Amino acid sequence: MQSLILRTATRILVSMILVFSVYLLLRGHNATGGGFAAALVAGTGFSLYTMVEGSAAVRRGIRIDPRGLIAAGMAVALVSGLIGLFAGEPFLTGMWCTLSLFGGKEVALGTPLFFDMGVFAIVLGMILTLILSLEEN
Amino acid sequence: MSPVLVLPIVLPFAVAAATLWFRDDPRRQNRMAILGSLLHLAACSLLFIRVVRGGMQTMQVGGWEAPFGITLAADHLSVVMIMVTAVLGLAVTIYSRAEIDEELLRSGYHPLLYILLGGVCGAFLTGDLFNLYVWFEVMLMASFGLLVLGREKRQFDGGVKYVMINLFATLLFIAGVGLLYGMTGTLNLADLHLAVQEVDNQALLAAVAAIFMTAFGIKAGLFPLFFWLPASYHTPPAAVSAILAGLLTKVGVYALIRLFSLVFIFDVAYTHGLLLVAGVITMFTGVLGAAANNEFRRILSVHIISQVGYMVLGLALFTPLALAGAVFYLLHNMIVKANLFLISGLSARISGSFELKKLGGLYRDHRYVALLFFISAFSLAGFPPLSGFWAKLLLVRAGLETGAYWAAAAAVVVGLLTTYSMTKIWGEAFWKPSPERSESSEGKDPTGKPDMWMLLPISGLAGLTLIIGLVPGPFLEVAERAAHELTHPQIYVNAVLGGK
Repeated sequence: MQSLILRTATRILVSMILVFSVYLLLRGHNATGGGFAAALVAGTGFSLYTMVEGSAAVRRGIRIDPRGLIAAGMAVALVSGLIGLFAGEPFLTGMWCTLSLFGGKEVALGTPLFFDMGVFAIVLGMILTLILSLEEN
Repeated sequence: MSPVLVLPIVLPFAVAAATLWFRDDPRRQNRMAILGSLLHLAACSLLFIRVVRGGMQTMQVGGWEAPFGITLAADHLSVVMIMVTAVLGLAVTIYSRAEIDEELLRSGYHPLLYILLGGVCGAFLTGDLFNLYVWFEVMLMASFGLLVLGREKRQFDGGVKYVMINLFATLLFIAGVGLLYGMTGTLNLADLHLAVQEVDNQALLAAVAAIFMTAFGIKAGLFPLFFWLPASYHTPPAAVSAILAGLLTKVGVYALIRLFSLVFIFDVAYTHGLLLVAGVITMFTGVLGAAANNEFRRILSVHIISQVGYMVLGLALFTPLALAGAVFYLLHNMIVKANLFLISGLSARISGSFELKKLGGLYRDHRYVALLFFISAFSLAGFPPLSGFWAKLLLVRAGLETGAYWAAAAAVVVGLLTTYSMTKIWGEAFWKPSPERSESSEGKDPTGKPDMWMLLPISGLAGLTLIIGLVPGPFLEVAERAAHELTHPQIYVNAVLGGK
């Protein structure tokens, strides 16, 4: 679409949308958000970019095939569920470890986060597959 | 708390992820899918053995105790169903190697197939109503993808009908889930069994039961909600028809059996009386509809409906013997029906068409294929000593014992009418001399000879049918144990809720 205003605004908007989606993904464990919602938000960013710059630019930008993203997401989600099994707990049990950072800060990393990232990848992969094939046909 | 319970669900999804990753390498996909289906069969067998030896197995997913978390529960009925699912998965995967071309493989055939298998296993193993809904959605999306994968016009035509009516069914399902949750405050099936007994408003409960009956009735292809089925099942490749025919409607039947033996048993005369009428009419509609069709797969599709009627009849009579009959019928029918669809694909490969008019001479040229069809088709019709005979015998006996003489009579008459359709296929496709080849054969060019990768799974399934028919003892025993658990819901409740 040839509109200078839209093109310029998209540059700024898309980056903000993508950052916001990562924010949603990370806060999703205890608050509103999560992998599914985050991927939907990221999907709106990519659809905006597709409308303005065309599908080729999006494919260049994301580098991997969206269907590969789905496969990788499924693998990540499954593995994060299986980690609990290997620890002798039921499937999908949350396993946590704490990372100590500089200055006495601590970050808790757990399998639910990886599961959410898997969901994020699956949903984003689906949306991208849809958008790109709609745009290219 | 053993991993055995999740493997039947997790493995198909792992295969789906792996085959999706190697989407541009069809040969590797085929190898991975066959390996994956073997592993899946092994996992299901492991769970089967564990349940048969040690009784019901349960797992609280994520360590959240029932009734708050999602419970996976495997009783005899569940493990029988996942065993058959795994067997069909293996057979269809091997068959696909011959039938599914590279283009379909590249556009995601295997991932969709395995997501479907994972969804089916999930539905059979879950002990949570909302989780069951999620598995239904997974199955619906994957099966729609499989139906329209070839991007043909008639596939979209059938696929859209299929997806619209089934979306409506899942909508009803979720509405029912919401109402039930509002009344009882729980979604765990075992907990629902207890909570439903304390609901005061019996009229509302009856309405909710009717909503669930409609939702699963659409899924199962029960009268009068079956018309989507013959519109869609004959359009995709035969391997896809086979897996859909073998599994999908049966998941609906399974859900009916599960809910109407565990949750909605507050007024058996009302709910199961309705099911009885629907079941008998379904049997007749299906078999009469089949008689009016002249395409191999359309006859088989309409027949699915008739067979579903038998299973629902077993549930509706609601005695241990009748339920054992329903379970045995499911076991027998899933194998036979899928196999008949596989055979239809094979004969179409040999002579280039699914139309009975264009088929012929298969008996003269391919005795072995004719034998395989004979075993499956006349097992479906209920000829002794094939597997369908025992299934029908159980149901007829159960009908006589409960005094539902007209239902028993219907079962016998429909069996005879089934023979008519099967004889028609036999006469047209196998006995009749081969017609002159027309130029416009649909699909692939006829090869004139059967493919080994097709014959192998068909022979396996036909062999299984023979074994079930000739040595029905062990299968009957498992079906009786399943029926025992279904008629004693406290076994399920105790296994899930434990020592609370």
